[in-house]
Amino acid sequence: MKYVDEYRDGALARGVAERISAEVTLGRAYRFMEFCGGHTHAISRYGIEDLLPTSIRMIHGPGCPVCVLPMGRVDAAIALALRPDVTLATYGDVMRVPGSNGASLLSAKAGGADVRMVYSTLDALRIAEDEPDRQVVFLAIGFETTTPPTAAVLRRARERGCRNFSVFCNHVLTPPAMGAILADGSSGAAVALDGLVGPAHVSTVIGTAPYVTITERYGKPVVVAGFEPLDILQAVLMLVRQCNDGRHQVENQYTRVVTPQGNVKAQADMAEIFRLRDTFEWRGLGWLPESALAIADPYADFDAEKRFDISRVTTADNPACECGTILRGLKRPAECRLFGTACTPETPIGACMVSSEGACAAHWSYGRFRQRGTSPT
Amino acid sequence: MTTHRRRNLDLVHGRIDMTHGAGGRAMGQLIGDVFHSAFDNEWLRRGDDQAAFEVAGGRMVMTTDGYVVSPLFFPGGDIGSLAVHGTINDIAMAAARPLYLSASFILEEGFPLADLARIARSMGDASRTAGVPVVTGDTKVVERGKADGVFIATTGIGAVPPGMDLSADKARPGDVVVLSGTIGDHGVAVMSKRRNVEFETTILSDSAPLHGLVADMVAAAGPSLRLMRDPTRGGLSATLNEVADRSGVGIRLVEAAIPVKSEVAAACELLGLDPLDVANEGKLVAVVAPDAAERLVAAMRAHPLGRDAAIIGKVVADRDRFVQMTTVFGGERIVAWLAGEALPRIC
Repeated sequence: MKYVDEYRDGALARGVAERISAEVTLGRAYRFMEFCGGHTHAISRYGIEDLLPTSIRMIHGPGCPVCVLPMGRVDAAIALALRPDVTLATYGDVMRVPGSNGASLLSAKAGGADVRMVYSTLDALRIAEDEPDRQVVFLAIGFETTTPPTAAVLRRARERGCRNFSVFCNHVLTPPAMGAILADGSSGAAVALDGLVGPAHVSTVIGTAPYVTITERYGKPVVVAGFEPLDILQAVLMLVRQCNDGRHQVENQYTRVVTPQGNVKAQADMAEIFRLRDTFEWRGLGWLPESALAIADPYADFDAEKRFDISRVTTADNPACECGTILRGLKRPAECRLFGTACTPETPIGACMVSSEGACAAHWSYGRFRQRGTSPT
Repeated sequence: MTTHRRRNLDLVHGRIDMTHGAGGRAMGQLIGDVFHSAFDNEWLRRGDDQAAFEVAGGRMVMTTDGYVVSPLFFPGGDIGSLAVHGTINDIAMAAARPLYLSASFILEEGFPLADLARIARSMGDASRTAGVPVVTGDTKVVERGKADGVFIATTGIGAVPPGMDLSADKARPGDVVVLSGTIGDHGVAVMSKRRNVEFETTILSDSAPLHGLVADMVAAAGPSLRLMRDPTRGGLSATLNEVADRSGVGIRLVEAAIPVKSEVAAACELLGLDPLDVANEGKLVAVVAPDAAERLVAAMRAHPLGRDAAIIGKVVADRDRFVQMTTVFGGERIVAWLAGEALPRIC
């Protein structure tokens, strides 16, 4: 644990925080978005905002895989799970994601659906092999980080000819979503961003190269950072320096893990086993072109969307929900009138409240004390 | 009991069948061979449907708890010892001396008798070690598929020492929050053996009866003790939020002061859990008047179950009733109730 502890050291943190305070330009505001939910969680969990000068505002981005799963896909997963012949296996944090009418896989399970929590894709395949009479569907979600394990299980299922296994693929891609957020900000919306903290685990897979297009097209710096609190502080310092210098480059704070080209083997697997979808719906962001993956034709036999009749349904989010504006940094969680009233972590309505990595849930669970008028005694 | 004995229960290969709950000879034999032999005491020996005992004057406490932990056997304990310790601890949190327990078993048809006997022996050992006898009980058998092996419910009664009146609404600004030891051990130990999650760890459940530690705490701090809670399901975060809510106060914690074993921290890191949310079965959190805090901690550290006792925070005036924490990194955060559940069926 010593290795990790050093990245959580309060004394080291104060040193970096003092550097940041010394280097910010007086009178200038810095608005940085951490794209990834892992960073959102760490910022809230360690109270990093308390260490930053007031001129720096961290905006919580959409990089929480369960948060951006749209209601229509959740409804489709629930419908699959309710089929008497189907066992639906998925990661634990997907279970609570609300579909329409507040239903979730957890509530479907309570209603008799066979829904099982797994920690790895191979556990799902094992269920299929152990129970050949069941149609086992793995509900796959996540960014580039969780895509290679799904590729691996598809390859193994085909090798073993496991006919009762399939994957309901909902994998999404980071760079298109980043582009969508920056495109919105630059097209006349009130709040633009001054820089992005790039994701840690995603970048271990895709490398830093894909962000170059983004920095060039939108003129904003991207600093890829690790998930430890000290990583994030250092990335903020690097972003401040780029802003002050008028630079917009891709920089890598997380050099101990991330390389420019990323994990080439994982990328090759993904290219073989998946294909790019024309468009895909993101909860809170809407339909984004070329932003998600489907299972490629050679693996079509294992595609749950082909094996079962999964209709493409779009279910509208609650009109009062501000997730879309919060994910773009235009509003803060407490400015949504559902926040903390109708929408709480126990009864999430919008994407941002669904998981602890979401902007609203992180604020509710960790940061609410900042919004009260009276200071603690 | 009849003098005409049937063949002995096969405690190696035998299984629970519906006759073991039917009220006939098979049930009598099960109760006698498995439960009475494990719990043996003067009350059970009388073979009545209830236990009769003298009570002293003063205030009594009573509590009941159901145990459905999965898996039934985990590193550092099993459902049997847990069913004894958990109920003893609920009694002890009132500063009371636990006196007697009852035990009710719901058994699933097909459950191996060897496992049942092992659980009963573990319960008997836990009860004897704690000095709190199981004086009455009940057994039911349900059809296969209607339960998960065995469920146990235990009820306990205890006597409150004169002058002690602990309750979750008694925390006052200025009071000190004391924790008896490391958090998260039980939840991580149980999780490490769960199907589809299994990982290698040396962590044992902290399952233990706390009434001995509590007796020393009462002797040291007396009525300066405002309240005690054992942070079981929901962990320390749920317990402290409940105290803040019931007392109408805020609590300020210092993360660096909260003891967590490095193996537990590592496992939580792996599983994406916060040790603050993870269950304990042998720890307590106490709120005490400031002038008695050092005295209390010294007394706790002198007891084996309070060796790592530490002051972890204080009670403050706060209309929002927030449990707030200064993180190891130097920032501030709220410690919220856990939304949903971190671990299914840990007790």
